[in-house]
Amino acid sequence: MDWTKIIWALLLGAMILFLWPRAKQMLKHSPKAEKGDWQAVLLPLAFVVGFVVLLIMMV
Amino acid sequence: MNRLDISAARSTESVLSTNKLIKNTYMLLSMTLLFSAFTATASVFLAVPGWTYMASVIGSIVLIWFVLPRTANSSTGLWVIFGITGLMGFGLGPILNAYLSLANGPQIVGTAMAGTGIIFLGLSGYALTSKRDFSFMGGFLMAGLIVVFIAMLAGLFIEMPALHLAISAVVIMLMSGLILYDTSRMVHGGETNYIMATIGLYLNIYNLFVHLLALLGALSGED
Repeated sequence: MDWTKIIWALLLGAMILFLWPRAKQMLKHSPKAEKGDWQAVLLPLAFVVGFVVLLIMMV
Repeated sequence: MNRLDISAARSTESVLSTNKLIKNTYMLLSMTLLFSAFTATASVFLAVPGWTYMASVIGSIVLIWFVLPRTANSSTGLWVIFGITGLMGFGLGPILNAYLSLANGPQIVGTAMAGTGIIFLGLSGYALTSKRDFSFMGGFLMAGLIVVFIAMLAGLFIEMPALHLAISAVVIMLMSGLILYDTSRMVHGGETNYIMATIGLYLNIYNLFVHLLALLGALSGED
């Protein structure tokens, strides 16, 4: 097996271990979304999707 | 001074400190991006070997996890952030060289750079002007990042081009969400240190660029 794959795997494993407690804490303590909050996120993200599709068509 | 005056004075002070934080963050972000572009150009011309990317990622992670949090409140933090961003830029050399060697490589790299800039400015501008609080996305984004890391781990051992494309598409969406989240944290007092705010936004831009480049490179019709 390629040695770089092993190093990448160790690195990704370390990142998962590092982020896991933070993610758990954030999932528990993040403020809950109010009405219209997700809509305010999905709208710009839909623009990003459209824009990326446009870029793909350009190259 | 009555209670109303005190409250108004505090509010003005808070707005001024938020504006100062935003100004300092965007100024430092511009300088680190320029420095990163400079080191990336240098590594392209030096034609550094492929493992440079991995070495730069490892070096940057060590600095971000262990050195930056201890130095972010002092002027040393500025040297550290330039070290991190310079290193990350230098690590881009082998990736950029691989794409630049394609027939339409310069167009792909240029489009990815311009696209990253437009997406960042659009989303950050939206979060700044709408003044919405996007802190509710924190848990969702963190969980998304962990899922992506697990998928990347699987992708190392499973040869599946569609998986790599899907990962790049998901990372682009996650980084877009993180740009909204990190900008909103500055506006609403979730982040008060401009060095930490800068590194967060820099990492979002860096990952957005790398994965947009991967997506454009894979779907450009060039082999």
